[in-house]
Amino acid sequence: MSYLIETILSGLLAGVMYSLVALGFVLIFKASQIFNFAQGVLCLFAALTLASLMLGNTPFSELLHTLGLPNDWMPVVPIWIAVPITILVMIGLAFVIERFVLRYLVNQEPIILFMATIGLAYVLEGMGDLMWGSDVKPLSVGLPEGALDWMFDRFDIYVDKLEIAAAVVATVLVIALSLFSQYTRIGRALRAVADDHQAALSVGISLRTIWIIVWSIAGFVALVAGTMWGAKSGVQFSLSLIALKALPVLILGGFTSIPGAILGGLIIGVGEKLAELYAGPYIGGAIENWFAYVLALAFLLVRPQGLFGERIIERV
Amino acid sequence: MLYRETGDFKVSYRDDQQTFPIIQDRWLFWGMLAVAFLVIPFIIDDYWEKSIVLPFLVFSLAAIGLNILTGYCGLLSLGTGGFMAVGAYASYKLMTAFPELNIVIVILLSGGVTAAVGMFFGLPSLRIKGFYLAVATLAAQFFLVWLFNKVPWFYNYSATGQITAPERSIFGFAVTGPEATPAATYLFCLAFVTVLALVAKNLIRGRIGRSWMSIRDMDIAAEIIGVPPMRTKLSAFAVSSFYIGIAGALYFTVWFGAAEPTEAFGINQSFLVLFMVIIGGLGSMLGSFLGAAFMVLLPIVLKNIMVGGFDVLPVLAKHVEITLVGSLIIFFLIVEPHGLARLWSIAKEKMRLWPFPH
Repeated sequence: MSYLIETILSGLLAGVMYSLVALGFVLIFKASQIFNFAQGVLCLFAALTLASLMLGNTPFSELLHTLGLPNDWMPVVPIWIAVPITILVMIGLAFVIERFVLRYLVNQEPIILFMATIGLAYVLEGMGDLMWGSDVKPLSVGLPEGALDWMFDRFDIYVDKLEIAAAVVATVLVIALSLFSQYTRIGRALRAVADDHQAALSVGISLRTIWIIVWSIAGFVALVAGTMWGAKSGVQFSLSLIALKALPVLILGGFTSIPGAILGGLIIGVGEKLAELYAGPYIGGAIENWFAYVLALAFLLVRPQGLFGERIIERV
Repeated sequence: MLYRETGDFKVSYRDDQQTFPIIQDRWLFWGMLAVAFLVIPFIIDDYWEKSIVLPFLVFSLAAIGLNILTGYCGLLSLGTGGFMAVGAYASYKLMTAFPELNIVIVILLSGGVTAAVGMFFGLPSLRIKGFYLAVATLAAQFFLVWLFNKVPWFYNYSATGQITAPERSIFGFAVTGPEATPAATYLFCLAFVTVLALVAKNLIRGRIGRSWMSIRDMDIAAEIIGVPPMRTKLSAFAVSSFYIGIAGALYFTVWFGAAEPTEAFGINQSFLVLFMVIIGGLGSMLGSFLGAAFMVLLPIVLKNIMVGGFDVLPVLAKHVEITLVGSLIIFFLIVEPHGLARLWSIAKEKMRLWPFPH
């Protein structure tokens, strides 16, 4: 029994991590109808920047070395400076993306925008490697680690403190985001754009500014998600693949719903762990890669717009 | 002056409805076929075969397949790599189970197997569309790769989990295995590509192709005027998977000769083919070829320039290459979202008016 509870708990906590990534997708999709495949690489890039700053790596060190320039002048940056710097980098990135990519692709078909974000994912991946090197970097931001002792002692259940911390951070993040979108001027503008682009434009909301803001927020969410995943397993290239983990969460929850992303993440997390536990041994194990997709797919057949997605109304 | 339909009178319906209605297009087509079949086989060498020509031919087929599904029927799929794996493993199982079977039949049959698998994974398309469908096809991608990794029957219980193509020959010339000459493998693939491309071109012009396009343009309206959505969508999945399966079979048997599912048929393969289709031009046969050529040549050219021209370290060059490929893709999407095929048709339009542009 305690093993089952442990499995469900760890599934829920893993689900929170998926939700964190899915959140970034939903924000951008709501504001600009862009299916942002680069979100996973954005997480990687943010975590890579933070980890490298804290390790004192020099950006482009290999390139500088090739050109014969000095390449070890970066000091080790303490965390309370490194985090703001990383946030600034992500905001700068949002500017660059808007300025050089999105601005020219307004009103293109969704598939073109989707392909552009895959191109963007390649660019970010290459840039991340170029700037910081492709070795695995440890990232410790002072989050607690190891087993939660009193749970282990009293109920004999193993729960990782890091995952509890991730759940707390995710909750705080979601509350902060919803407060931001409910009670601030920018938040209201964001909701207006998500509701109706043209109406928002006609009352004087600048789409470009909104896009920069949304991509900055998505970058910030990516930083949080990347930090959590990075603290768990080190910052490395495979981090960018968590985007693929977030996709079934998205279709389960609906592309346009933040509660959907959270609940979808939890369902996928628990479903995945339970399937691995009960069905895994019979069909050969390692089913994590595709089970989430099949689960989401089965769900979609019943509700094509996802759990909380907007109802699709079609007219001729 | 040189390129226009003026003076090229059509006196029968047959003339009017031929595949290439403009005479210069026909010359160009036959000329290219002649060069491809009669000149290139004599000058091709090992490097050109393995790194440029075979990749181009194989990926053209895959791109045609995906273009049928995405460009003509409007169903976005990210499962191309998985379907290529089905073709490859089907051909492997057929070759090892029936050693006397002709290789041409093996490859056609593996296309058929892939078509059946594709139809099965196409079933969700009856209910969902757009990006929801794209993510749903990812289920096929991951499930199929997992299946070929996990079930030993597919790789005949070999210790490494790899599959290796046994030697097969046609008219006495080896086309698979280490003995195959570049000219033989090239002609073998080229024959497949030529025949299948012509078939596809004519499928698209006909009733089936038109029903695909009507579903793409507006599925509800198409249903109302009597296009059966189920049959149309599933036939698009079947035909598309048939092409992709044959591409996968050629990829494994002729081009590489050995394969391992995770690397050879991963999700990057799906994205690569999708890029070919988009950069070449959605809903264009010519675009499939142009896109395949572009995506095959781009990394080679970049690498040669960087490693050969600027003497950059190979590791560094790899990173720069990814960045550049990504930026060039974005650049192309911005400059011409309708792909290289559109550029070609603009060029043709200009040629038609030349030298009197007004």
